Amino acid sequence: MVARKEVSLFVTCLVDQVIPEVGVAAVRLLRRAGYQVAFPQEQTCCGQPFFNSGFQEQARTLAARTVDIFADAPAVVLPSGSCTTMIRKEYPHLLAGNPRYAYRARRLARKSFELSEFLLHQAGWQPPTSTPRGAVTYHDSCHMCRMLGLGAEPRLLLAQTGHELVEMAEPDRCCGFGGVFSIRMPEISNAMTTDKLDQAADTGAPLLVTADPGCLLQMRGLAGEKGPSIQHLATVLEEATR
Amino acid sequence: MTVTIASFRKEAATAVGDAHLQVALETATGHFRDGRSEALAELPDAEALRDHLKAVRAATIARLADHLETFERNAIAAGAHVHWARDAAEAAHTVTELARARGVRLATKSKSMATEEIHLNQALRAAGVEPVETDLGEWIIQLAEEPPYHIIAPAIHKTRDQVAALFAAETGAPPADDDIATLTAIARRELRQRFLNAGMGISGGNLAVAETGSIVLVTNEGNGRMVTSLPPLHVAVIGIEKVAPTWDDAAAWLSLLARSATGQPLSIYTTVITGPAQEGDVDGPAEVHIILLDNGRSRLLGTEYEEVLQCIRCGACLNICPVYREAGGHAYGSPYSGPIGAVVSPLLFGLENYPALPHASTLCGACQDVCPVRIDLPRMLLALRAEEVSHGLASPAETVMEKGAAFILAHERLLRWGRRLLALGQLPLVAGRQLQLPPNLNPAQERRLPALAPRSFHEIWPELEDEDV
Repeated sequence: MVARKEVSLFVTCLVDQVIPEVGVAAVRLLRRAGYQVAFPQEQTCCGQPFFNSGFQEQARTLAARTVDIFADAPAVVLPSGSCTTMIRKEYPHLLAGNPRYAYRARRLARKSFELSEFLLHQAGWQPPTSTPRGAVTYHDSCHMCRMLGLGAEPRLLLAQTGHELVEMAEPDRCCGFGGVFSIRMPEISNAMTTDKLDQAADTGAPLLVTADPGCLLQMRGLAGEKGPSIQHLATVLEEATR
Repeated sequence: MTVTIASFRKEAATAVGDAHLQVALETATGHFRDGRSEALAELPDAEALRDHLKAVRAATIARLADHLETFERNAIAAGAHVHWARDAAEAAHTVTELARARGVRLATKSKSMATEEIHLNQALRAAGVEPVETDLGEWIIQLAEEPPYHIIAPAIHKTRDQVAALFAAETGAPPADDDIATLTAIARRELRQRFLNAGMGISGGNLAVAETGSIVLVTNEGNGRMVTSLPPLHVAVIGIEKVAPTWDDAAAWLSLLARSATGQPLSIYTTVITGPAQEGDVDGPAEVHIILLDNGRSRLLGTEYEEVLQCIRCGACLNICPVYREAGGHAYGSPYSGPIGAVVSPLLFGLENYPALPHASTLCGACQDVCPVRIDLPRMLLALRAEEVSHGLASPAETVMEKGAAFILAHERLLRWGRRLLALGQLPLVAGRQLQLPPNLNPAQERRLPALAPRSFHEIWPELEDEDV
C-alpha cells in the first residue's frame, strides 16, 4: 500500500465539546480526499475567545500551546473559518515578541487551512458526481469571507455535490454571534440572528449551511420550527459523498 | 455620562423593540448602502482611488503639524482669522467670546459634527446666544432636544408624523399635511427669517485645503451657503485631522466622500470658503474665523490608533454595521456612533467614559470593507479591549471567568474531567441538543444555548481512528 499523505486535525473547542459530529465528518472527508488524519490529543482551544475579549496574556498562552502541539504536523486542517483566521492572521503578531515562538507561529500560520480551502486547493479533491440534492443557502461567516477571502470554495463544493445554491439578500451579513458579544449584548445579538434567519427563510431553501461552528450554534439557538435546517458544511459534504 | 454595557443594552433594546424605528433605520441605511455600491461602480477604478486617498490621508497625518501651519499661513493671507483650540471648552469659549464681543444674539448653524462634539449649542445658550440649526435633520433633532442619530443623517430615526408634531409645537400651528413637501416648506419659511436676522453663522468643515487656506463644505440643502454668506461673521469649527495639503488631494477626497456617504457623485452643494468677502463681492461675511480643534486628536499621533485620524466622516461604516442597524445611534451616547464612533469616542473622550463601546461589535469587519480609506476599525476595537483589561477596567467577575476558562483550556486533562462532570450535571436541563434554561437564568435570553455533546470528539476519536475508510 502506498503511504498516504498526512494531515493533522485541529477540531476546535466548540466542535470537540458541542458538535463532535462535525469533526467526524471532517475526518471522513479528509480520508476520502486521500489523507491519513492525525488527531493530537493535547489540543484544546486556539485562544480566540480570550484574544477577542482583550485577555492577551491568556490568548498568548493558548496560542503558544497550540503552536507546540502542531509543530511537527505537515499541515493542519480546521472545520472553522474563524479559528483558522486566529491562527493565520493573529498568531504571527501575537507571538512575534517571543523568540521561542515567533518563527514557529508564522510557520503554523502558513500550514493551517480551513476545511473547504484544504479540500479544494491542497488536496485537489474532486467529489464524486452526485445526483441533484436540492436547494441550499450559504452563510458567509465574517472572518472566513473577509479575512481569509473564502466564499467561492464552500459554494463550489456544495455545487459539486449536487446542491443548488440560492443566495440570501446579504449572505455576508454577520449572524450576531461575535463570541462573548452574544451574551454580553444578547438583545442586539438575537436581533441580528433573527434578521439573518429571516433572510435565510426568504430564500425558500430547506438547508442553511455555514462553515463556522460559532455561527451554526448561534443560528440554531433561535431557529424556529419553520425555518431551514442549519448544518455545518462538513456534515453536508460528508453525507453527500457517502 | 458613562456609556456602560448596561446603558448601551438598554438603549439598544428600546431601538430593537421599536418596529417603526427598525423599518426607518433599515430603509435609510439600505438606501445609503445601495447608493454607495452604485456610485463606486461608476468610477473607472474605485479600489485604486480608495488606495490613493488612503495614501494621501496617511501621508498627511504623518506630517500633520506642517500641513496645519501651511493652512494657517494661507488662511491668514486670505484674510481669515485662525484660532487653535486644545479642547472642547477652549473651542466653545472662542466662539462665545466672538459672539459676545460683537453683541450677537442669534446664530445660524449648518450641520457640523465638530460643534456637536464640543457641545457648542449649550455653550452659546449659556452665553445668551440663540443657536438655530438650519440643516433640516439637525433642526428636527434640535427641536426634539436630541443628539444626532447618524453622522450624516441626524434625524434618520424620525418619522414624518413625529416631525410634523415637532413643527406644530415650534410654529404653534399643526402642518396642513405631513407630506415631505409641506414639512420642508415649513422649515424653509421658519428658517428664512433666522438666516436674515442672525449676527453670526457657524459651520463645520468637511475639509480644509492647506495650499489656499480654504474650508470646504459639503451640503445638500443650500443652508450651508446661507449660514456662511448672509451673517457678517462666519465661524468654522474643524478638527485638525481634516486637512488636505493640495486641491488634487481634495479632489480625491471629494470624489469618495459623497459617493461613500449618500451615493451621490458629489453633494448638491460643494462650497469653498477662502477668507471673508473681498471688495466687489456681492455677498459674504466681513469676518471669517476658523477654529482648529484638537480635543484629543493629537494625542493619537504616533500611536496604534493614528490611522483613525484618516477618517473623512462619510458614515459608510454606520450604514453597513449590523450592530448599528439594530441598536441605532443613541446607544453610543456620543455624536459619533456606529463603528467609527465606537473607536473615536473612547479615544477622544476617554475609555473610562465609554467602556461599552469597544464591545459594541462582533468584529465582523464589514466597516473596514466599506471604509473609503480602509481604516482597520476591528483592530482598534481589539486594542481598546486589551487596554481595558491591562488597565484593570474589566469587571472582576469577567476577569475571574476569562482567566479560569483559559487556565482550564491550557490543561487538557482538567478540561477532559471538567467536561465529563458538566456533561452529567447538565442532563436535567438538556432537551434535544440544547439547554432549557429558565429565562431569568439564560444569559442569551430567548436564544437557546447549546448543550455539551454526550461525548466529546476526544472521546469519539478512538473509534473513528479504527473506522474503515
